[in-house]
Amino acid sequence: MTNPTKAPEADELGTADTLAPTDAASAPVFRGLSPGKLMWRRFLRDRTGVVSAAIVLLFILIAVCAPLISMIYGKDPGTHYGQEDVTLLTDSGLPTGPNGGISADFWFGVEPGLGRDVFMQLIYGMRTSLFIAFLTSVLTTALGVMIGIAAGYLGGKIDYFIGRVIDILMSFPSQIFLIATMPIVVSLLVASNESQPVWLPFVSVTIVLTLLGWMGLARILRATTLSLREREFIEAAKVTGASPLRIIFKELLPNLWTPILVQSTLALPAFVTAEAGLSYLGVGVGEPTPDWGRMIALAADYLRTDVTFLLFPGLAMVLFVLAFNLLGDSVRDAFDPKTKR
Amino acid sequence: MSNELTLDKPSATPATGEPLLQLSGVKKHFPVMDGLLFKRQVGAVHAVDGIDLDVHANESVGLVGESGCGKSTLGRVVTRLLEPTDGKLTYAGQDITHASRKQLAPIRSEIQMIFQDPYSSLNPRHTVGAIIGAPMEINGINPKGGVQNRVQELLETVGLNPEHYNRFPHEFSGGQRQRIGVARALSLSPKLIVADEPVSALDVSIQAQVVNLLQQLQKDLGIAFLFIAHDLSIVRHFSQRVAVMYLGKIVEIADRKSLYESPRHPYTHALLSAVPEADPDDVRERIRLVGDVPSPINPPTGCRFRTRCWKAQDKCATEEPPLVQLSGNLDGHLTACHFPEDGSTAVPEPRAAKEL
Repeated sequence: MTNPTKAPEADELGTADTLAPTDAASAPVFRGLSPGKLMWRRFLRDRTGVVSAAIVLLFILIAVCAPLISMIYGKDPGTHYGQEDVTLLTDSGLPTGPNGGISADFWFGVEPGLGRDVFMQLIYGMRTSLFIAFLTSVLTTALGVMIGIAAGYLGGKIDYFIGRVIDILMSFPSQIFLIATMPIVVSLLVASNESQPVWLPFVSVTIVLTLLGWMGLARILRATTLSLREREFIEAAKVTGASPLRIIFKELLPNLWTPILVQSTLALPAFVTAEAGLSYLGVGVGEPTPDWGRMIALAADYLRTDVTFLLFPGLAMVLFVLAFNLLGDSVRDAFDPKTKR
Repeated sequence: MSNELTLDKPSATPATGEPLLQLSGVKKHFPVMDGLLFKRQVGAVHAVDGIDLDVHANESVGLVGESGCGKSTLGRVVTRLLEPTDGKLTYAGQDITHASRKQLAPIRSEIQMIFQDPYSSLNPRHTVGAIIGAPMEINGINPKGGVQNRVQELLETVGLNPEHYNRFPHEFSGGQRQRIGVARALSLSPKLIVADEPVSALDVSIQAQVVNLLQQLQKDLGIAFLFIAHDLSIVRHFSQRVAVMYLGKIVEIADRKSLYESPRHPYTHALLSAVPEADPDDVRERIRLVGDVPSPINPPTGCRFRTRCWKAQDKCATEEPPLVQLSGNLDGHLTACHFPEDGSTAVPEPRAAKEL
């Protein structure tokens, strides 16, 4: 039925309903701006967002290039410089120089006790933090997306069951639960008589954080899916015979990227602090892997003698978390310009 | 169910041969659940309650009625977005009442739907080309010259610029979006289109364009339409045959001319009297129906319209009027009423007293 009946009434009744033909002529390969592109443009206009994004990217770049920096800087995070060179530390283990031993050799000072380089510890600690936080974000997002869409799209008993599971998990006091489950996860992964491999703290912290981290996104996606499910374009897809999988992936998911992106950018800094919190309490990543939380815990011991040790890891974390949170806000504003703060 | 009478009435339609779509006693009830912890069914919304209707090839059947009478539910049952609770739904001789998604696959391309709200019926994240091309992709149809070619052809058919296939729905106006919806419905070359109030969300000036487009398509491509609307004048313009629904049932069905010029059911009279007339000297008496539509959870006994009918008598409460051809009516003009109007005039007589 090749029947290009150019509907004549459109011309008879005036062309109010057809776009001016000029834009088509001027740009033969014109492609409309997708909602995603519009968001990107809106984001670029937001100065806070762009600056935050730059800071976040800088942090990521530093973490990724840590070995390179280590090479140029000429030091590594593991060496106990304070014990190789006895002039660096006093007998009580404190750096001999002022301000935590900051010097041309040791830019951020020397760690009290073992005498490691603070700058290297900070940069490698950033690697630990970011690696765990990114991995956890990806896992919680995947889990939250799957469970949230399943609950929202399938509805009924499944929705009820998932909803109650989320309620229960959310009612746990998360910090205490994290501390309590860490040893359990560790013992599940490695038998007690074996030596602990290097990856173990990363994996166990990630698992524990993921376990309690997916509920927020799942809830939001369930609600969004519930409202999208009733939209007519879903019915239109069903009328043409689309399979449920196609509807979920092709029709629903493109509309869910906004909440997914916003939620995961806001969740990532929370995981950075949660990971540092675990290490601070002594259940997170242990020695010899450098870690911000443990650096802060160590600095707390020397708080009365010298604040410098707390300054660098503290500032780095505040800066990163603040930048990432502001970035999350900007992403949300770019995606949803109607909500005003 | 005296409505079964209409089942074997070939005379009910002007067209010949077997109807394309056949509904007999189709019901759709939505369960009403209640109870703490353990939900149990306490009732049902009788959205569609026993509909007999034939749609023949190349024919346009209008379905009118006020909000909440079950028109849209019936449309969704026909496209099998909803599964009927009871009754039989036949498409081209094939029973599709309870067919599964896979069983429906070959028929899917033949029954398509145009939706009411052009703002919610197009996925905002897909380009127009993707939206119109998706049905072909899903059904594995590879038209000559490629999908994009066909999409552009369809865009031209519905009066849009074929260059716009790469744009997104938010770049179009309501009328243009509805045209995109029409193009999507056409993409599979359907034989039957269920149009669920396709113009009620549009501006009046755009309504005419879209209705004329649909009419043109019906004429050119020979597509049968089930045209759901609550605007009587649009239905009169578009449909050869019109069914009037009230609370889940058809109360009157007839040819366009017969229904609009000699309506027999009091409800049809009341509806027609409400059609605005651009005439300052219009002296018609407007029948003002009193009260609300009764709840479809607990519809009235006997005739469903009796609670608002000015002619209602005891018989109406006890006996349900069958949908039959009344004496003095043309072939195919069926009415479900015990005390029909005389039908001599389209202008309703002054309303009999029985104010509530």
